[in-house]
Amino acid sequence: MPRRTLMAPAIGALSLSIALAACGGSDEGTGEEADGEVTLTVATFNDFGYTDELFDRYEAEHPGVTIVHNRAATSNDARANFFSKLGSGGLADIEAVEVDWVPEIMEYSDLLADLSDPELEGRWLDWKVESATDADGRLIGYGTDVGPQSVCYRADLFAEAGLPTDREEVAALLEGDWDTYFEVGHTYVEATGNPWFDTGGGPYQAMVNQIAAAYEDPETNEIIVADNAEVRAAYDQALTEGETLSANLGQWGDDWRAGIANGAFATMLCPGWMLGVIEGNAADVEGWDIANVFPGGGGNWGGSYLTVPGSGANVEAAQDLAAWLTSPEAQLEAFANVGAFPSQPETYDSVELLESTNDYFNDAPIGEILIDRANAVTVAPYKGPNYFAINDALHQAITRVEDGSQSAEESWEQFLSDVETLN
Amino acid sequence: MGSAERHPTISEELPVTTIDRDTPVLSLRSRLGRWDAKLSPYLYVAPFFVLFALTGLFPLLYTAFVATQDWDLIRNSGTFVGLQNFADVLSHRQFWIALRNTFSIFALSTIPQLIAAVTIAALLDRNLRAKTFWRMGVLLPYVVAPVAVALIFSNLFGDDYGLINNTLRDLGLNPIGWHTEPLASHVAIATMVNFRWTGYNTLILLAAMQAVPRELYEAAAIDGAGRLRQFLTVTIPQLRATLVFVVITATIGGLQVFDEPRMFDSGGTGGPDQQWLTVTMYLYNLGWGQFDFGRAASVAWILFLLIVAFGLVNLAITSRIASTEGRRS
Repeated sequence: MPRRTLMAPAIGALSLSIALAACGGSDEGTGEEADGEVTLTVATFNDFGYTDELFDRYEAEHPGVTIVHNRAATSNDARANFFSKLGSGGLADIEAVEVDWVPEIMEYSDLLADLSDPELEGRWLDWKVESATDADGRLIGYGTDVGPQSVCYRADLFAEAGLPTDREEVAALLEGDWDTYFEVGHTYVEATGNPWFDTGGGPYQAMVNQIAAAYEDPETNEIIVADNAEVRAAYDQALTEGETLSANLGQWGDDWRAGIANGAFATMLCPGWMLGVIEGNAADVEGWDIANVFPGGGGNWGGSYLTVPGSGANVEAAQDLAAWLTSPEAQLEAFANVGAFPSQPETYDSVELLESTNDYFNDAPIGEILIDRANAVTVAPYKGPNYFAINDALHQAITRVEDGSQSAEESWEQFLSDVETLN
Repeated sequence: MGSAERHPTISEELPVTTIDRDTPVLSLRSRLGRWDAKLSPYLYVAPFFVLFALTGLFPLLYTAFVATQDWDLIRNSGTFVGLQNFADVLSHRQFWIALRNTFSIFALSTIPQLIAAVTIAALLDRNLRAKTFWRMGVLLPYVVAPVAVALIFSNLFGDDYGLINNTLRDLGLNPIGWHTEPLASHVAIATMVNFRWTGYNTLILLAAMQAVPRELYEAAAIDGAGRLRQFLTVTIPQLRATLVFVVITATIGGLQVFDEPRMFDSGGTGGPDQQWLTVTMYLYNLGWGQFDFGRAASVAWILFLLIVAFGLVNLAITSRIASTEGRRS
């Protein structure tokens, strides 16, 4: 499920000592049984949209295969489990992983089975495959869903500011680079006095995802952020524009959730799965809509993969099942079930996807919009082992400026000193 | 330890009774009997020590080992780097901020908490109607899961739309930067800790208060002492030992505060400027955020040593109190 974890888990520090002490002790619940009888375990989290009925169908098509599906409640639980068992054994035959963990997993890609298969070439979006291919060209995961980004906006607030409200006109208005997006923002702010977007961290994250190698050298993984003028420019622009345009509400905070409902900002950069978050936090609000446009081209946020740990007893059978589960047909079912947007371009021609709409977003043709947005993504930004630590530190730097505790320059300096401690 | 000089201890007596220079060869039965007498006590206490060795000592030593390594959690291996991890951690700005925050939150939670607990316990010690109801009532917050407490309080301490800041704004006052000002965030977190632990400490202190002999109060009353005077000169001195226990447990808990600050915002990493980053959170961020278990283990050891140091200070105070009491009697 392409959901960035919303709530921090309360895992006691105790788990550290347990993890340190956890050596060996693998619990391989699965194994080869007599006469080709195989039990395959599949571990996912949140809701991937895989139903029991889907698994039953696979079992019927493949006599002798029994599937056990385990679902973790949150991706953080799944992440802790994945990393503490990756080396010692005891993972399921198929483990779902979120794109956010992939940079960390890449250091240990040899512990996962190579899933590359000439027959499956071209099944996924190129950049989806690229992100899961290690330096030796091994494919470690089959893509499930992606999070193509578009612009969500409040049509009612647009009307008050004298801006167009129709989603096609809005798309035409915002078509262009980031300057266009910010310029329209200034028009809105002048007309209403209210902020344009939720936090400078939103545009910053989108801009940095359009940079091929933002923080680390793709060859050596050396941290290069201090000398990367593009990153500094994105940081400066997000904060300078943010002075007038930002509501200064950090994402996932309580105030941010309240802001979605009470019109604290007029636009938000939103991947497909964010639609559910917006609806969940502002169920009674009428006016949220989605425009088929994204500043500076395309952008992706989130999405998952299915991996097969190399230490499993049934690697081959597991690979077959993973390939089946990530087939265009199965992913279309998952989309119908939970709205996970498929990473398989073949599905983009299907009537089912093309005709899907979203009531809450004013009956927006959501399938069509997200297909265009997914096709607009061209860059698969390089993310090395330190990507998330650096990115977190940078978002903290933005927050320090937005909450008024530091100037942009001071905050940048502190960010650089924080990054130095990562070595 | 002065008593050891005056009375011979059991271990000193034992050799005298068990030396078997002149006794004839014992039968198997009586030999078994003697082993039984010698070994059984150790066997009876063994479960605790075995459990402690497995769940306490082994992780402790293993953590010490990991702290000297550039550790790879996933491959379960590392390269020896000596004390480099300790040096790194001690040179990090974030570590010292975490230490400052930990002590600040500790002070803000422990001191008001104990004052409140003693006061509430004194009130509950009176003859109240529906005694059990009130006594169970103070324990109720303790039963609530810390994560749930954090959720409730995050509604209270929201920066823009929180209950407190909304009220302040309605009154024409400046809202408080709960998530930007270090001290304000510490107060908010300490409030959650206090909400949870005050009732627990109240009950312990109440139990101790009820053990105070009632004659002391009668005698004090005859001497003309009022309620307050009785409380200060009878109750408080009688509570000293219990207070020391409560202070020690509060110290250990306070230096390890984790759940509340972690749930204080959605990121759980201690704030954009580490305003409420505590030592245990810093350890968690190193271990589970950066997967740098070598450094995380070294922080664990530094924290352990800090707690031991605090424990020793407490021990010194305890024995001083014990000796003053001994002199009086």
